[in-house]
Amino acid sequence: MRSRSIPLREVYVWEFPVRLYHWINALVITSLCITGYVIGDPPAFMKGTEAYFNYWFGTVRFIHFVSAFLFFFNFVFRTYWGFVGNEFSRWYNYIPLKSKQWKEIIDVIKVDVLQVTNKGIDSIGHNALASFVYFITFLIFVFQCITGFGMYAAMSTAFLPKLFAWIVPFLGGDMQVRQLHHILMWGFILFSIVHVYLVFYHDYIERRGVTSSMIGGWKFIEEDAVERHDSEEKANSEK
Amino acid sequence: MYLHLRPIELFNTDFMKEKQPTFYEEVIDGGLSRKDFLKFCTTMAAFLGLETSGVGQIVHALETKPRLPVIWFHFQECTCCSESFIRASHPIVANIVLDKISLDYQETLMAASGVQAENAYKAVMEKFPGEYIVMVEGSIPTENEAYCCIGGRSAYQILEEAAKNAKAVVAWGNCASAGCVQAASPNPTGAKPVHKVISGKPIINVQGCPPIADVMAGVVVHLLTFDRIPQLDELGRPKAFYSRRVHDTCYRRANFDAGLFVESFDDEGAKRGYCLYKMGCKGPVTYNSCGIIKWNDGISYPIQSGHPCIGCSEAGFWDNGPFYRHLPNVEGFGIETTADKIGLGLGVATAVGIAGHAIVTNIRKHRDISNTPNVDSETLKEL
Repeated sequence: MRSRSIPLREVYVWEFPVRLYHWINALVITSLCITGYVIGDPPAFMKGTEAYFNYWFGTVRFIHFVSAFLFFFNFVFRTYWGFVGNEFSRWYNYIPLKSKQWKEIIDVIKVDVLQVTNKGIDSIGHNALASFVYFITFLIFVFQCITGFGMYAAMSTAFLPKLFAWIVPFLGGDMQVRQLHHILMWGFILFSIVHVYLVFYHDYIERRGVTSSMIGGWKFIEEDAVERHDSEEKANSEK
Repeated sequence: MYLHLRPIELFNTDFMKEKQPTFYEEVIDGGLSRKDFLKFCTTMAAFLGLETSGVGQIVHALETKPRLPVIWFHFQECTCCSESFIRASHPIVANIVLDKISLDYQETLMAASGVQAENAYKAVMEKFPGEYIVMVEGSIPTENEAYCCIGGRSAYQILEEAAKNAKAVVAWGNCASAGCVQAASPNPTGAKPVHKVISGKPIINVQGCPPIADVMAGVVVHLLTFDRIPQLDELGRPKAFYSRRVHDTCYRRANFDAGLFVESFDDEGAKRGYCLYKMGCKGPVTYNSCGIIKWNDGISYPIQSGHPCIGCSEAGFWDNGPFYRHLPNVEGFGIETTADKIGLGLGVATAVGIAGHAIVTNIRKHRDISNTPNVDSETLKEL
């Protein structure tokens, strides 16, 4: 039997609201991508029948719209949590404004992507590259909400979608908005593939329990990394 | 009926000094009955979405107000807007354009030519500053203004001069509203719509390639009746006619919601009148009145005739082709490349990349994975 006895500390990284956001997001993005793809290219599996027997395509669109509203408010909530949550969920993790973050981005590329060195990455929450990629996905979220609600506004009297109606004249018409919305959908699909792989990869390499951390919230972090983090925090607060 | 031209008037600009006849007088002079006139007013009120009292307002306006002085320019275009207008089934709609709105200058229809024609439109600008309406068919070249010249002057110069003292500018059709086919990639003449060339004037974009005749008439009647431009959407189109999608007013909509689609033009679904969404119908992204007012006296419109909507009342509809596929081409990736094909390609590339990365991980990071350096001291001794 192989076993390890190394000094580890359990760290509570992802608070419950963050985990809830993550899984609602995963669910509605899956739903949005599937229904969105079907709306873009519907299978014509019914023939020789009359319209009054069915409403399946209308239902698909309904699911898409409901998911979109969930997605939007879930994202609004996460943005709010980025200002009140714990240090790992704060907004400043996601925007690389400090040189330290850029240094770590380069390190992550060297260690994880190019695999030219075997140095470990210290970050307890997201590493700097992951955070930056999430920031880009947040921008895609915003564009997807704007374009989606912009198209939805034409068939709605609700207040919220009307707020985004300006995107249609801005891009020149519904055709352009629709095309952008469709292209961005592929951004979500590609992100999801890479995201799931990288979570498994990091769990495999680092063995910090990153996969289950999004369920329970706790990660296993090497003691020295926790100590480095604490002393850094202390130094910062003294400043 | 509409060959009611008055060449003498057009040649002799003195007529403008006289009292302008009202629209109603013109209609009765033209041999139509008051009943026809009232029918027309009622139809227009319905098209404009007015309440019942609006009919009275239109009747009153057309009975009392003098004709609208209009200068109608043809720039880079095919004249299909004029053609659409003169093919309007209702006699009065046709009459509006031919002589009832005092069409003092219209390159296609006027009898005058050369100097007389030029004088006619200059006379309008002098006699009715701030009152005349400039109506434009066609786009304006900006790459080199010489691509479109009339009477030795460029389209841009003509329009700039005419629009300066105009009450409003009406941009007929997709060319004048969004550039249409001339502005399609690569846009060799640098064609631009009216609203990109002229500023500081109310501009009405009456979209479509061509616009529906009744819509054109409705815009004119609105200008005449209310002395102001109709309510416009964000793209400058009159809301009365362009606030709803062809898709939302389509009689085939039930088939869309039921998921019943035509898959080829000769299949069972086409015979049954299923939704043309998969045949590239642009109805869901097109704002127009085709589904309600229809064409040729309400006989039919493209979708009713079994053809998908090509989105001719939307900017850039040529570049969002092909007409017979729902998803447009992605520019820069060659013909027949859709976002889905690119996405799928990237997806496969990503999967291959991941597989490669996983293999390299297991080779390069073998020590990391088995964590040899991290095992405790006793195990190390055993090793």
